[in-house]
Amino acid sequence: MPPSSPLLEARSLAATRGYATLFQGMSLALAAGEALAVSGPNGCGKTTLLRMLAGLAAPAEGEILLDGARVHPFDARLRDAVAFNGHLPALKDELTAVENLAAWTTLENERADLQAIDRALDRVALGRRSRIPARALSQGQRRRIGLARLALSRRRLWILDEPLTALDSDGVDVLEALLATQLGGGGIVVAASHQPLPVAEGQLRRLDLALAHHG
Amino acid sequence: MIFNWFRYSSPISFYPLAGRLSRVFGVLAVAFTIAGLYIGLVVAPTDATQGDAYRIIFLHVPTAWMAMLIYLAMAFWSALALGFNTRLSAMMAQALAPTGALMAALALWSGAFWGRPTWGTYWAWDARMTSTLILLFLYLGVIALRNAIDDPRRADRACALLSLVGAVNVPIIYFSVQWWNTLHQGSSISFTSAPKMAMTMVEGLLVMTAGVWSYCIAVTLARVRSIIVERERGSGWVASLIAPQGAR
Amino acid sequence: MSETWATTAAPDAASVSAAFGWALARDLRIALRSKAELGVQLMFYVIVVSLFPLATSPSREVLATLGPGVLWTAALLASLLSLPRLFSADFSDGTLEQIALSPRPLPALVSGKMAAHWLTTGLPVAVLAPVLGGQYAMDGTELGILAAALLLGTPILSLLGAIGAALTLGARGGGSLLALLVLPLYAPVLIFGAGAVDARRAGLSAGPQLSLLAAGLLLALAAAPFAVATAVRIALD
Repeated sequence: MPPSSPLLEARSLAATRGYATLFQGMSLALAAGEALAVSGPNGCGKTTLLRMLAGLAAPAEGEILLDGARVHPFDARLRDAVAFNGHLPALKDELTAVENLAAWTTLENERADLQAIDRALDRVALGRRSRIPARALSQGQRRRIGLARLALSRRRLWILDEPLTALDSDGVDVLEALLATQLGGGGIVVAASHQPLPVAEGQLRRLDLALAHHG
Repeated sequence: MIFNWFRYSSPISFYPLAGRLSRVFGVLAVAFTIAGLYIGLVVAPTDATQGDAYRIIFLHVPTAWMAMLIYLAMAFWSALALGFNTRLSAMMAQALAPTGALMAALALWSGAFWGRPTWGTYWAWDARMTSTLILLFLYLGVIALRNAIDDPRRADRACALLSLVGAVNVPIIYFSVQWWNTLHQGSSISFTSAPKMAMTMVEGLLVMTAGVWSYCIAVTLARVRSIIVERERGSGWVASLIAPQGAR
Repeated sequence: MSETWATTAAPDAASVSAAFGWALARDLRIALRSKAELGVQLMFYVIVVSLFPLATSPSREVLATLGPGVLWTAALLASLLSLPRLFSADFSDGTLEQIALSPRPLPALVSGKMAAHWLTTGLPVAVLAPVLGGQYAMDGTELGILAAALLLGTPILSLLGAIGAALTLGARGGGSLLALLVLPLYAPVLIFGAGAVDARRAGLSAGPQLSLLAAGLLLALAAAPFAVATAVRIALD
């Protein structure tokens, strides 16, 4: 595959909520090692776009292509490629950070043993709180479990909804390092964010849903 | 996008056709119903054992048939909607549900009014009446689920799946209720043991069935038209339909 | 096939059992960490069954007539009451999204969840019912038939109920809507389940009813996982 050919592509997507059109005619193409920062005011369809790209929702119109081939919602190829960190944390309060991550990696069919999980939790500075139920963790600490999940992930396509929310400056540093590793390895990141995404300018592309693509 | 296998599988081309068909079946419904009621209420003889009370079957039997048939039709359109993601099939299923519920309710209501003089009670837990009651609940479930989901496309698919699950269950429910009824030896008089009908009674029943059938088709098509307008009101063709001299 | 519902290559037996086991173990572990909730559900069953004699009569004939119906209706209500727990927590905390996006087969994952639901609600009811049956003047054979019918019938309740629970995710009207969707579908289970004991009392064999329940269970086992998987995907869209 030539390096310029897009890994992830969307062609004239349209999204509706109820009877209202959120956006239409939305196209994008991302090559290996590129990050896309999606911005726009609340309710403009950022989360909807992310869910479509992750294969959770069907676009009202248009199509999504992975490696040049069309993918449908819940497509097996998409499910093998995507790590989706939505605005919901997907944490079980009853389980500890380690158990949550172990459940997650098993579900995603990632090969991660207990040592790898402990290393990932150390990396996001949760090592000391890794064996208490998640309900006892603060909001920022819960977000860090999500970061540890990304540290364990070997998915090509990361789709992140507001990854910077509730993160302190140390947490942002960890995210920056994770994003650099992912993009350096030829992965793709799509993130909806109100704050600037900590990604090198050369790798970053921007999409403002408020400016373009309205019907 | 939808599959354009058939020209009329797209709402835009189906809309005018549905309007014409709806008017035709509306006229047929009125004509058949007047003729059927005339045969049923005037021409047909008074029954030897049941007197004039039996005449409620001219409403009861056609509505009971339609209640069953419409559920099958709804399941058929639901299967198309789920399998091929066609918008119009989901709209057809949505349009059929209230009419099906009305038919089931009419069958129960007329059955109760037949039961009163015949069995001496409005409700006798007869197998067919019980099955029709459960069928009414299934219709009401589909309608309630539709109203509980805001996004119309999600509601389409959720209702389609529920209709299919219901369709698999309907024969099982009918069989189980029949079984339960025979085991418990409930009412000894059932609709099947009604005395042999005169020829004019059969004719009246058939004409009334044609009338109820036409009514259901006419009303469903009219409802599909309003659903189309509601769903596609953002699109240009509906806007020009609503206001022919409009700005678009 | 549909453009919305991607079909994937048939998963092999190993990945199916791994997915089933993962979901079963996880839901059981979470359920066991909130044991109080499980206890409350069983208490609900005990109390409903115990209230009926107060509402009717303590006479042995009346209770013997009512018994199988009461024990079965209460089992239906206990199942219904616990159904929202099956998916709603996973739905509201985002776990269900991750489950649906997992490369593992979704019908197998939801089957594991349904199995955990039955093990924590249906099975305890089936074990408890013969004990409570003593309140209703039922003899040993009748209690055995009751337990057998509940063991065959309660999994059907979990399987059918899961379809309704998944369909009502994110819909308004929660529990009462779920009851409207699910209870009519439960009717055959109730008829054959309660009928098994009645048949024995009428001097007949309970075999036909138990066979029909087993047939219904096989049908539900074959079809429900796919219906639930579809419903989960619809709910997430």
